[in-house]
Amino acid sequence: MGKRILVWAYIVGVMFIVFFLRLWDLQIVKGGEYKRLAEQNRLRVIEIPAPRGVIYDRNDIPLVRNIPSFDISVVREDLPQDPESLAAIGRLIGLSAAEIEDRVEKGGEDPFGPVKLKQDVSFEEVARVEARRVDFPGLQVEVVISRDYIYGELASHVIGYLGRLTLEQARDPDYAGVPMRAFIGQRGIEKVYDRVLRGTAGEKIIEVDARGRVIKVAGIQPPVKGEDLKLTIDLKLQSEAEDALGGRAGAVVALDANSGEVLVMASTPAFDPNLFARGINYSDWKRLARDPKKPFLNRALQSQYPPGSTFKIISALAALEQGIIKSSTRYQCRGSIDIGGRVFKCWKEQGHGSTDLYKAIVESCDVYFYEIAKKIGIDTLSKYATDFGLGSPTGIELAGERSGIVPSAEWKLRTKKEKWFTGETLNTVIGQGYLSTTPIQMARLMSAVVNGGRLNKPHLLKGQDDRGKAGSTVNISPENTRVIKKALMGVVADKTGTGRRAASDIVSIGGKTGTTQVVGGKKFSGKDIPERYRDHAWFVAFAPEDKPEIAIAVFVEHGGHGSTAAAPIAKRVIEKYFKKEVVSTE
Amino acid sequence: MIDRRLLKNFDWGILFAVLAISLIGVMTIYSATRPVLDAEQQTYYLKQLYWICLGLICFFVVVSIDYRWFIKSAYVFFLIGIVLLILVLVAGRKGSGAQRWIPLGFMSFQPSEFFKIFFVMALSRYLSGIWRNEILGMMELTKIVLIFVLLPAILILKQPHLGTVMILLFILLSMTLTVGIRKKIVVVGLIIVLISLPFVGTILWGELKTYQKQRIIAFVNPYVDQQGEGYHIKQSKVSIGSGGFWGKGYLRGTQGPLRFLPEKHTDFIFSVFAEEWGFAGSILLFLLYLFVMLRGIDTAMKARDPAGSFLALGVTAMLAFYFFINVGMTLALLPVVGVPMPFMSYGGTALLSNFMAIGVLVNVRMRRYPLFY
Repeated sequence: MGKRILVWAYIVGVMFIVFFLRLWDLQIVKGGEYKRLAEQNRLRVIEIPAPRGVIYDRNDIPLVRNIPSFDISVVREDLPQDPESLAAIGRLIGLSAAEIEDRVEKGGEDPFGPVKLKQDVSFEEVARVEARRVDFPGLQVEVVISRDYIYGELASHVIGYLGRLTLEQARDPDYAGVPMRAFIGQRGIEKVYDRVLRGTAGEKIIEVDARGRVIKVAGIQPPVKGEDLKLTIDLKLQSEAEDALGGRAGAVVALDANSGEVLVMASTPAFDPNLFARGINYSDWKRLARDPKKPFLNRALQSQYPPGSTFKIISALAALEQGIIKSSTRYQCRGSIDIGGRVFKCWKEQGHGSTDLYKAIVESCDVYFYEIAKKIGIDTLSKYATDFGLGSPTGIELAGERSGIVPSAEWKLRTKKEKWFTGETLNTVIGQGYLSTTPIQMARLMSAVVNGGRLNKPHLLKGQDDRGKAGSTVNISPENTRVIKKALMGVVADKTGTGRRAASDIVSIGGKTGTTQVVGGKKFSGKDIPERYRDHAWFVAFAPEDKPEIAIAVFVEHGGHGSTAAAPIAKRVIEKYFKKEVVSTE
Repeated sequence: MIDRRLLKNFDWGILFAVLAISLIGVMTIYSATRPVLDAEQQTYYLKQLYWICLGLICFFVVVSIDYRWFIKSAYVFFLIGIVLLILVLVAGRKGSGAQRWIPLGFMSFQPSEFFKIFFVMALSRYLSGIWRNEILGMMELTKIVLIFVLLPAILILKQPHLGTVMILLFILLSMTLTVGIRKKIVVVGLIIVLISLPFVGTILWGELKTYQKQRIIAFVNPYVDQQGEGYHIKQSKVSIGSGGFWGKGYLRGTQGPLRFLPEKHTDFIFSVFAEEWGFAGSILLFLLYLFVMLRGIDTAMKARDPAGSFLALGVTAMLAFYFFINVGMTLALLPVVGVPMPFMSYGGTALLSNFMAIGVLVNVRMRRYPLFY
């Protein structure tokens, strides 16, 4: 029997060798892989979003800030199962038991994390939940930093809004390191300078147990706050401009005439970027997206319409520079002119009589400019228009800028497959026809005319010295500029001036009105014209007469005449600008 | 009581080995159940310490009585064991889906744990009675199974406790094989088992509880059901494997305390140990067990009479099977069977019966020489 017993010793030995080999396999050969799995079991990485940079106006007034917002969520495992407790929780936060179950069912963003029950709860609700924490240990109040656009719709097209990182953006190297589902800038300054504003997200490594409860924080990498931005926008002027537009669709762009800094960029109607701060709901989105007045359109950059008589500034300058007229050249205006059998009317049916350039600009005589058109070629005219920055984007930081159209013989052949007619030059010279411009182009044109021909790149970020960098200089004689400027002063100052409604007691303002005819509008007369057939109103202006500081372009969609609809708005903004100056020097 | 001269032959080595394993067990239980979040009461390691003390007492009681008396009274013990097994079915306390405990007010115990020792005693007596250097025939084998195995197996399966029945069968097999079984029977038996396996398997499969089926499925493919039984095996492998060569260090294991590893202080105690002490520690632990088993086999060889040999062999087989089945399970070499690791796993009755088993070994070894007065 002894031998048979000894056999057991060998069997035991063999078993131990098998176990030894298995242990070797698990711990030595595959040890690294299992170590990784064990760490994966217990460690979870949680993104700590970086506080976004704050956006200030040029006077350091914050336009956007970060505020804590409170969400109530629940840890799945700790949610009570009985309907009574569920209903009690529901009463606490104003949800039905079914709604809670539904939300838990759908789950949260993180399959292991707590489920969000309610977003953006009031402070009272937070207090109520905190008070009952003992009874419902699964309930959590989460603090989320969210974006608060302090002035709501104000300058919303400039500031923009946030939205979740899109799938395309997630693949874009520009957004490398941005956590999935993060809120990033999706429009305006928030988008353009997102990289600067967003900072770098931090990481918190937490240890959890098998039920997902947090045991401890195993490591933390603090987020790096985004940089603050200072805009060139002046909050007070911006607000004045939006007030002055008064609910009509339109745009106001005011530039520092010498640097290209954008003081005002107003576009109405606007939208409230706060709606987007935590993800816009569908009904709000639908309402905004389907609004016929297109609140998302940044009219300052994106609406392109014929500039009307404001373009006469360029026509006059071109004619002077080309020697077609002198400032003293006179033409007779009899209310219309006949060219090749076609009658071209002046806006004033009875005519302006004997008119020199000054009067032609002050009273916006069309016939005077038709006379110029007879002598100037369309290509010469379009060269000046292009030199003053029309027909191409100004290059401001914001996306979606339109370029407008400066027609030429070549342009017409290319796009319409037709040759240019002289009659079309007559339309162009008074800013009608194919010609189209954006308000920001007109504001820059205005500043170039009064600052000695420097075409500065408009910009929104303060402290960027763009002077001369992007600015080409239009070669025009100072004498001709002086003639035009004087006439523009007359437009506002003279009793007969079309822009007299912009006249101010505080500061000397020069400008030019413009009215864009809307096709089909001729069928109607007087005040009965439905809004959609009413003319668009333009006014471009600068101030003061000596060493102009501010240049402005006002555009009111279907506003009627530039003199009545647009000029008063420019006046209000310019006066506000100079009132501020007075206050600050006191 | 113990004669002074007997003490000369007292096997201190095996006692120290199992005490060392037991204390390692307490340490590992402490680590596995240490609270990580809030002030959870953690008393398992203390209870285990009490049980070890109780176990030592049992050990000395068993050692002090000449094993021949146990052989003489073996059938009485066997009957008492049967009665207890019936009692547990009638008045037992249910726990985790099985009726295994008899409450005794201050504590509860599992009769099936003690029954294994009684089973070894009864079998030793019977085998030593018929043993005449002859191998066992068909008639004898059938008689043994009918008398000693059938009833307790049915009673224990009723609880149900599959693991214990398996251990009983293994003990039976190891003891009868040692006596010797006719080659013809072994060969025919093997063939019958192999042929009938699919049929019996199908019938048994239908009889198995859902959790038992799951365990077998999970063993075949641990990744089928990550949250169910496969999860046990996978997490056990993760625990052991992540220990690497040197281990993560005592109280540095994460799988157990964070509850990724189920049954961490009972069936999967080795996984917790291997995570913290690594390959190096596990091999040392293995060596302790190897020592105990070899010592048991050595005792069986040196016993003064066949009854002592059978006793030593039976209890050694019991401990060895527990060890191999449990550790084989944690190493994912065997399916999950609810079998504790001897001396390591938390559990009072098992600890008592294990110490009694060691007591039997020391007893037989100590009395291997006839004493002359």
